[in-house]
Amino acid sequence: MSRKLKLRIWRGDATDGGLKNVEVEVNEGEVVLDVIHRVQATQMGDLAVRWNCKAGKCGSCSMEINGKPRLACMTQVASFPEDEEITITPLRAFPVIKDLVTDVSFNYKKAMEIPSYEHPAELKPGEARMAQVDVERSQEFRKCIECFLCQDVCHVVRDHEENKKSFAGPRFFIRIAELDMHPLDRLKNRKQKAQEEHGLGMCNITKCCTEVCPEHIRITDNAIIPMKERVVDVKYDPVRWLGAKIRKREGIV
Amino acid sequence: MATGVFSSSRAKIKERTLRTDRWWLQPAITFTVLFSFVIYATFRAFENKYYFAEPLISPFYSPCLTTACIEGSSLLGQPFNNKYFGIGISPALFILIFPLGFRMTCYYYRKAYYRSFWFSPPACAVAEPHEKYTGETRAPLIIQNAHRWFFYAGLVFNVILTYDAILALRNPEKQWGHLSVGTLVLLFSASMLWMYSLSCHTCRHTIGGRLKHFSKHPIRYKAWTWVSILNHKHPTFAWISLFAVAFADIYVRQVASGAWTNFYLF
Repeated sequence: MSRKLKLRIWRGDATDGGLKNVEVEVNEGEVVLDVIHRVQATQMGDLAVRWNCKAGKCGSCSMEINGKPRLACMTQVASFPEDEEITITPLRAFPVIKDLVTDVSFNYKKAMEIPSYEHPAELKPGEARMAQVDVERSQEFRKCIECFLCQDVCHVVRDHEENKKSFAGPRFFIRIAELDMHPLDRLKNRKQKAQEEHGLGMCNITKCCTEVCPEHIRITDNAIIPMKERVVDVKYDPVRWLGAKIRKREGIV
Repeated sequence: MATGVFSSSRAKIKERTLRTDRWWLQPAITFTVLFSFVIYATFRAFENKYYFAEPLISPFYSPCLTTACIEGSSLLGQPFNNKYFGIGISPALFILIFPLGFRMTCYYYRKAYYRSFWFSPPACAVAEPHEKYTGETRAPLIIQNAHRWFFYAGLVFNVILTYDAILALRNPEKQWGHLSVGTLVLLFSASMLWMYSLSCHTCRHTIGGRLKHFSKHPIRYKAWTWVSILNHKHPTFAWISLFAVAFADIYVRQVASGAWTNFYLF
């Protein structure tokens, strides 16, 4: 059964823009991305929107729906009251390119700054082994689809543009955590780098990243807080610091 | 110069948030409850009376460590004077820094009060009012990294408060084998404090989270999985234990002041 839906869609670019009212037909079971496509097909042919899989797995259709960062393809229209007007805007933490499309290159620059996995020199190809319990720990982090909703909602950069140069953001803290928890990773000082170069200390663990994650990754509890505790081990805990010095190792095996 | 969501490169939207739900409700409730607790705890810390009614002692005053402590309430002796520089100091002030520090640096409470007291941010995707933000990288907030020391101190307090609850299995004549409503109140308070401590993120890290090889430490891994289950409920334990401690104090206060009678089940 179809009905009419009232929408407000942000149209514009970096120079100017605003919310435009539109009324569109919506059918039972449709998601917000379906409705946007219908608007594009019938009323706003030049509406810019980024999308790809329509299955919540590519992370392309990230936008803000009624002020909340969400995937448009995973947001049921029926989840809003029938008489409610739905407001759709681009991600508000990144520079806007056009309409609902933003420039998320900040995230790719940050990705390149994370030192990659360092394999043990003594292990030849094919010799590396990991137990299942060690693999499971990082598998949660590997679910990330890089929709960057966590990056968008994080107030450290969302509300403070100037912090972007010194803060990697939650998506990359889970990457750092995944590597730091990897039993075979040999890179020294990953914890110190997380704090000093990637801005882990800027996070005040208000958990918005966890709240918006469409993959339900427990970013704060399983990645950021464990990394903060690991940083304390090497930077703010004199007992552990001394123990590490005596035993000549950086982290904990 | 405009920053954040009002930066020149971002979509031009004048509203701080476009959220339509009642995003302000949760921080408002958190603020009200935490602020009420702070007011009550401050009042009780300075009240300096009605904290002991044999065999019950208020968790706010245990261990009672000053020379002015009521007889029978000093489990660990009386190493401190009750006056310094001519000013009388409540015994609660010598000890409350530890449980207070534990809660202030707790990862859950940090979320709660950063949102509700400091609006940093007030809610997700609601722009905060501050022009600058440095997080927990410098003083005073860098002290949050001392959470584990308060956690260790909290464990000591849990042992003491559990012992207090066991001592409450006596009657006012110090005979064992009795159970009163006060005993149950102290037991509940101590158990909830244990659950709050054991579900703590620092506990999870200490017990096994810091390991790189779970497979090399199967016992610690197992313990980590148990603490991880509790850790899911850490916010719940944080609130329940807060209310439980406050109620234990209220109960002891009312009994000690004579307003309530501590009813004995046997």
